[in-house]
Amino acid sequence: MQEYFNLLWTDYTLRTITLGTAVLGAICGMLGSFAVLRKQSLLGDAISHAALPGIALAFLITGAKDSGILLLGALVSGLIGTFWIRGITSKTHLKSDTALGLILSIFFGFGMLLLTFIQKQPNANQAGLDKYLFGQAATLVESDVRLMIIVTGISLFVMLLFWKEFKILLFDADYTKTLGFNTKFIDVLITFLIVLAIVLGLQTVGVVLMSAILLAPAAAARQWTNNLGTMVLFSALIGAFSGVFGTAISASQNNLSTGPVIVLVAGVLVLFSFIFSHKRGLLFREIRFRKNRTNLKLMKTLQFMYGIAQEHENISHPHAIRILNNFQGFTKGSLKKLENEGWIVIEGHQWAMTPKGYKQAKEMYNQKPMNE
Amino acid sequence: MSNPQIEIQLIAAIVAMACAIPGVFLVLRKMALISDAISHSILPGIVIGFFITQDLNSPLLILLAALTGVITVVMVEFIQKTGLVKEDTAIGLVFPVLFSIGVILIAKNANDVHLDVDAVLLGELAFAPFDRMMVGGADWGPKSLWVMGSILFITVSLLILFFKELKVTTFDAGLSSVLGIPPVVMHYGLMSVSSVTVVGAFDAVGAILVVALMIAPAATAYLLTEDLKKMIGLSVLFGVFSAIAGYWVANFLDASISGSIATTLGVIFLIVYLFAPKKGLISVLYRQKQQRIEVSLITFLLHLNRHEEESERHIDHLQEHINWQAVRARTVLDLAEKNNLVEIKNDVVSLTEKGLAFTEKSLEYIISNKDEKIEPMKEDFFLFRG
Repeated sequence: MQEYFNLLWTDYTLRTITLGTAVLGAICGMLGSFAVLRKQSLLGDAISHAALPGIALAFLITGAKDSGILLLGALVSGLIGTFWIRGITSKTHLKSDTALGLILSIFFGFGMLLLTFIQKQPNANQAGLDKYLFGQAATLVESDVRLMIIVTGISLFVMLLFWKEFKILLFDADYTKTLGFNTKFIDVLITFLIVLAIVLGLQTVGVVLMSAILLAPAAAARQWTNNLGTMVLFSALIGAFSGVFGTAISASQNNLSTGPVIVLVAGVLVLFSFIFSHKRGLLFREIRFRKNRTNLKLMKTLQFMYGIAQEHENISHPHAIRILNNFQGFTKGSLKKLENEGWIVIEGHQWAMTPKGYKQAKEMYNQKPMNE
Repeated sequence: MSNPQIEIQLIAAIVAMACAIPGVFLVLRKMALISDAISHSILPGIVIGFFITQDLNSPLLILLAALTGVITVVMVEFIQKTGLVKEDTAIGLVFPVLFSIGVILIAKNANDVHLDVDAVLLGELAFAPFDRMMVGGADWGPKSLWVMGSILFITVSLLILFFKELKVTTFDAGLSSVLGIPPVVMHYGLMSVSSVTVVGAFDAVGAILVVALMIAPAATAYLLTEDLKKMIGLSVLFGVFSAIAGYWVANFLDASISGSIATTLGVIFLIVYLFAPKKGLISVLYRQKQQRIEVSLITFLLHLNRHEEESERHIDHLQEHINWQAVRARTVLDLAEKNNLVEIKNDVVSLTEKGLAFTEKSLEYIISNKDEKIEPMKEDFFLFRG
C-alpha cells in the first residue's frame, strides 16, 4: 500500500493514468446521472460504438494520430449516430431498442471496415488506432489528461450554468415547455455533453466498455439518494474512485488491462449499493418486508383474541392458550411479543387481555401502520 | 471464384439467415438490445469453454457459452424486477461486467489460451474455410459451415413447429396465456435460440456484427411490411443479399468481410429508411405536410362557414385574420378551389354546396369528438390532396 503511494508520486506514467482515469470517472459519473435518469442508459453504448468510424475517417483524411483530431472525428460521428437514432424513433414506428442496436452495430461494422482498410494501406502507420477498440489507459499522456481536465471543467461549468434547466427538463419536460424554455436546445445540450464524455473515455476504456463507465456510477449513486444534486456529486465521486482503484489494481498485476478492471470495480460498487443501500437496498427491503409480515401476524392474533374477549363481560377474563389452536397464527414468540407490548398478560397456560390491548384491537382499522 | 470463396459466401449467407429469423422476433418484442447484451456476455462462457475443450467449434463450448447468454437474460430480468434501476440500465450494467470478466480471464491466461478478444469481438470470416471438418480422414467441408448449418436447421424447424405460438406470444401475451401457451416458455425458448445463434456466429462474423445481422434485416423489413411471414422472408432476403454483396465489397477493398457486411446492411437500411413507400422518412414528412395543409383547410372552411359578412370573407382578410403567411394562405385557398369547395367572386370567398356539406359534416365530427372520421371522408370529397 505504502509502496503504491510512493510509486504514485515518483512514477510519471502511473500518476498520469491515475489522474486521467479519476477525471474520466468523475465526468462520466456526473453526466451519466443524467443519462440514467433520462432513460438514455444504452445511448452511451450506441454512441461509443458509433464513434469508431469517425476515428477511422479522421485518420484517413488527416493522416494525423494526434488524439485531439481523432476525438473530434469521434465526436462528429457519435453525434450523427445520436441524431439518426432520434430520427428513427421519432419518424418511424421502430422502437428505441431497435434503433440503438441498429446504429450501434452498423456504425461499428463500418468502423471495422475502415480500420481494416487502413491497415492494408501500404504507407499508413495505423498502429494506435486499435487502442480505441478496447482502450489502453497506458497510452495516456499528459496532454490527453490536460484535455480531459479542460473538457470536464467546461462541462461542469455548463452544467452549473444550466442546472435549473437540466433539472426541470429531466423531471417534467412538458411543464418546461409551457414555462417557455427552449427544451430542444437544453435537450441537445445535455446529449452533446454526454456524447462528449463518452468520446473522451474511448482512448482509456475503449468502445465496448465505455457505456458501463457512464452508467455504473450513476446507478450506484441513485440507490443512496433522491436528490439530484447529491446524486450527481455521489456519482462523480464513485466514478473517480472506480477509476483510481481500478488503475491501482491493474497496475499491481501483470496482464491486466485497466478498462475491464475499472468496470468490475464499478460493478462491485453497484452490487454493494443494490444490496446495502439503506432506503432502496434489497437487504433492508427484505428486512422491512419480514418485519411487516410478523407484525401483520401479530395483529391477526390480537384480533382473534379480541373476538373471544368481546364475548365476555370482563374483557380481562383469562382464557386457555389452547383455544388459540383453531387459529394457527400464534407462536410462543408472538405471544411473548404481545405481552411485551402490554396488550395481554400470560399466566401459566392462560392468557388475558388487558384494557390497553382491547383498545388497540378495537381501533386497529383506524390506526396508522406501526413502523412509520 | 475459387473454392474457399464460395465457401465463405455460403457460410456468410447461412449465418445471415440464422440470425435474421430470431432477429425478427427480438425486434417485434422490443428486445433488440438483448442480442447486444448476449453477444458481449458470452465472452466468459467462451473462455471457460475454451479452457475445457480447446476447440472454438466444439458443441460443448457452444452450449456453455449459450448458457452464459441465457444467464445474462435472467440477470437482466432479475435486476429489472427489483425496480432499483430502469430496465435499459439493467442491460447496460450486466453485459459490460460479464464482458470484463471474460477479458480479464483471457488476459490472465494469455499463455495457455490461443484466443484473443479481437477475434471474439470481430471474427474473421476469411479464415473460416481453413478449419475443416474431418471425418475418418475425409474432408467434409469447413467446420463452421456445419455448425451454422445445424443451428439454422434447428432454428427453422422450431420456427415452423412453433410459428403460431411465437406469433401469439409476441403480439398478445395475455391472449396466449389464456389459450394455454405459456409466454415464459416461448420467451426463454427464443432467448436460448438467440444465444446459440450468437455463439455459433461469433466465430465467423464476430460478436458485435451478429447484432447487425440480427437487428438490421428485421428493422429494414419492418419498415416495408406488417405481415409477420413477409417480414421474416424479407429479413432473410436482406440478410443473404448483404452477406454476399458485403463479401464482394470486402474483396474489392481488401478489408474486413464482417465490417463490410454490416456496412451493406446499413446502406440498405438507409435506403429503405428514406424511401419506404409508407413508413419511409420522405413519405412520412410528405404526409405530415399534407396533413398540416388539410387541417388549415378545414380551419379555413369552418371560418367561412361562420361568417356571412363579406368583410370577413375577403381574400386579403385571410392573412391578417387567421394569421397565416402569404404562401400558406395561397396554398390553402388554391387547394380549396381545386377541390370545388369554395368559389371566389370579386375577391370574396364563399363556400360551394359541396364545401358546405363537407364543412358541416366535419364540424359534426369535431364536436362529437370523432376527429378520426374526417380522414376517410376526405377521400369522398377531395379531388386533390394537400
